[in-house]
Amino acid sequence: MSTTKGMNLTLKVWRQKNKDSEGKMVDYKVSNISPDMSFLEMFDVLNEELLLKGEDPIAFDHDCREGICGMCSMYINGKPHGPWKGTTTCQLHMRAFKDGDTIFVEPWRAKPFPVLKDLVVDRTSFDRIIQAGGYVSVNTGVTVDANEIPIAKPIADEAFNSATCIGCGACVATCKNASAMLFVSAKITQLALLPQGQPERAKRAQKMVEQMDAEGFGACTNTGSCSAVCPKEISLFNIAKMNREYLTAKVTAEEEKQYAAGV
Amino acid sequence: MKLESKAPEGLLAEKWAKHKFNMKLVNPANKRKYDVIVVGTGLAGASAAASLAELGYNVKAFCYQDSPRRAHSIAAQGGINAAKNYQNDGDSVYRLFYDTIKGGDYRAREANVYRLAQVSVNIIDQCVAQGVPFAREYGGLLDNRSFGGSQVSRTFYARGQTGQQLLLGAYSALSRQIANGKVTMYPRTEMLDVVTIDGKARGIVTRNLVTGAIESHSAHAVLLCTGGYGNVFFLSTNAMGCNASAAFRAYRKGAFFSNPCYTQIHPTCIPVSGDHQSKLTLMSESLRNDGRVWVPKKAGDNRPASQIPEDERDYFLERKYPSFGNLVPRDVASRNAKYVCDEGRGVGETKLAVYLDFADAIKRNGEGWVSAKYGNLFDMYAKITGENPYKQPMRIYPAVHYTMGGLWVDYNLMTTIPGLYALGECNFSDHGANRLGASALMQGLADGYFVIPYTIGDYLAGMPVTKVETSHPEFQKAEKALKEQMTKLINIKGNKTVDQYHRELGKIMWDQCGMSRSAEGLKLAKKQIRELRADFWKNVKILGTDEELNITLEKAYRVADFLELGELMVDDALNREESCGGHFREEYQYDGEAKRNDDEFAYVAAWEYKGEGETQLHKEELVFENVKLTQRSYK
Repeated sequence: MSTTKGMNLTLKVWRQKNKDSEGKMVDYKVSNISPDMSFLEMFDVLNEELLLKGEDPIAFDHDCREGICGMCSMYINGKPHGPWKGTTTCQLHMRAFKDGDTIFVEPWRAKPFPVLKDLVVDRTSFDRIIQAGGYVSVNTGVTVDANEIPIAKPIADEAFNSATCIGCGACVATCKNASAMLFVSAKITQLALLPQGQPERAKRAQKMVEQMDAEGFGACTNTGSCSAVCPKEISLFNIAKMNREYLTAKVTAEEEKQYAAGV
Repeated sequence: MKLESKAPEGLLAEKWAKHKFNMKLVNPANKRKYDVIVVGTGLAGASAAASLAELGYNVKAFCYQDSPRRAHSIAAQGGINAAKNYQNDGDSVYRLFYDTIKGGDYRAREANVYRLAQVSVNIIDQCVAQGVPFAREYGGLLDNRSFGGSQVSRTFYARGQTGQQLLLGAYSALSRQIANGKVTMYPRTEMLDVVTIDGKARGIVTRNLVTGAIESHSAHAVLLCTGGYGNVFFLSTNAMGCNASAAFRAYRKGAFFSNPCYTQIHPTCIPVSGDHQSKLTLMSESLRNDGRVWVPKKAGDNRPASQIPEDERDYFLERKYPSFGNLVPRDVASRNAKYVCDEGRGVGETKLAVYLDFADAIKRNGEGWVSAKYGNLFDMYAKITGENPYKQPMRIYPAVHYTMGGLWVDYNLMTTIPGLYALGECNFSDHGANRLGASALMQGLADGYFVIPYTIGDYLAGMPVTKVETSHPEFQKAEKALKEQMTKLINIKGNKTVDQYHRELGKIMWDQCGMSRSAEGLKLAKKQIRELRADFWKNVKILGTDEELNITLEKAYRVADFLELGELMVDDALNREESCGGHFREEYQYDGEAKRNDDEFAYVAAWEYKGEGETQLHKEELVFENVKLTQRSYK
């Protein structure tokens, strides 16, 4: 277990006691950091040191540490999840840095993601968007045999690509408008591509977009930074698809009103 | 107390249908008068909460994460089994049942396992209907692959992210019911006690992880879907927050804990790289379909893999188990990796690793083919180790992954506390002493979608609809005890961190109650755990208060429970004087293979809490009416 290439680093970390208090950047030094450590393991080391010194350890969200649960959420040197492409904070390893570096660490910055403490933010706004329509309305047991719904492989693969979103919020954090459109469009696209999603397709697009707006997320100005920092590399294509889905839904809604009126 | 499995009489294939007919129903208009608490929102919890809400019950769901979508089911990679026989290769409900019983080394209840195999086919239908994007063939139909321990292709998968896709499916169903107002969701809320009134589970006490508030919630029934206890070992493939507190505190309230010594050590994990290691990362064992496991023939061979000629390599699984080769069940694969490392033939810097080599697969089918099948796993390996697995073989080593033991439940998934249920990994029921690959997802969803919606009705139909108030003295008593525990922990003000204790406990467990166990080692472990626990309560250091987001306090009460559960695992391992599945006792073996003792140990051990470190053992004899007990052989 050699840690021959131990690094000494300076960390500037956002500290905030709770959601009502003001926060500030605080400097910390860490030494003898192995390049094989993950970024969060470096934080574990720092937290152990703080604790033993009698200082409050830094709160941050994390769980699976395998890059799939979407809980970790650090803004590292001005970039959500740090310098590696297609990588969550927990999978970022210290070999991405070099001895003597100064690293800035902040929580997600967006009005719909209020800071709860230090680097921990509240992302329940994402859950409410899914609750607005990010599902197929099928009760347990009310189904046909799985192979009675054939789906062409390219379509299934494309739906899968959209479905890999881990709901971490990096797309919002990086966007100058705090737009959630990559997150919302990934779910709308997944279900719009699949036959199972067709019956509620128009309603879903409208409801989810409405909820997104109600939560206070901004609009999209096509800078593409969301897709660039997305740890699952969700394509910008999803946003274009969502815009089309939303527009079609608006038109369809007018038609449906006419049917309902018996025209 | 005599343990009654309540498994119905009659032919195996007819038990569940008969039982469903015989169970009482709750009138649709009455369902809305019953409240059900679901703790945990992984596959079992999310599917149960959604299904019960669809039926009309009022559900309160709890998870410690910031969102129900993050439960650790999400990290399952390889797939989910189902007896669809879509590949026409001889699969059937009976074969899945048989494989699961045999794979579990004949330590599971026949009736439960058969039901699991039966409902497995409905799970796939359900998930597809929700829009889960399983892998498909060019004809548009579902693809399958074979998986460790099985000779048929019955595993459905979504690239290497099957757990994620299944969980997001269940989460979407749950979200729909939250929107409908039938489920109230409590994220960042941890259950810390179960409240019983007149012998029945009537609610829980929770801690709000943001404010620290201790709160009571009452209901007519409580479902624990809180996963396993692998984090007792400190290093495991579990998520950092996974803990045993809900199940353990139910055990302290009278729910029996079964077979705690059955832990699964997964063979294909990325080896430990240093003392800073916080958790271990699994790579799906689907890799064993195309990767070949080997070590050098000579001990102490320090040459890089590329310089070791073919005839100086030992493909030890293929050599010892010619008919299953690299696809032997997990316990067998793990144990053999340990043996070759013990012989000094391990590889890498730490010598605690074996190679998993894709050179042949790449030569046969090309890098593109391997990347399409396993790309995300290869990327993950490269990020963690800094090595390119397309160019040099991966290094793997076994790690704690899953716990087959858990709360004892009857055929209805009810624990020994009436009204308290345990679903998914939290219970002990279906995997015996060893779980087959791709069966955890199957069991979680079977319990949540297709078992509990039926069995809970049978219980609630006999319950008055009257609600209990949380002002009831039992709730007040539990709240008070919890607040006292928090205060006690904070006031210790010692000088050792929670993680230091957790690491020490993990090392004791891994050394003495891990892949290989002996009476001598287990007795030593019991003594060490007791000393460590005593020291913890004198010397642990926690800062801050209990009325805020306090990450150290959270860890502390979870580790306090691990320190007791670890001892229970050791007790169970000592008691079980045989080797079976994931439990390998050095005294009971022949040629390194597990030696079961069916005459004396074909029972489920169910432990009753009798005070800290004190237990009483109860036994549920396992009766095998359909399967003949044989020594497992994968040779």
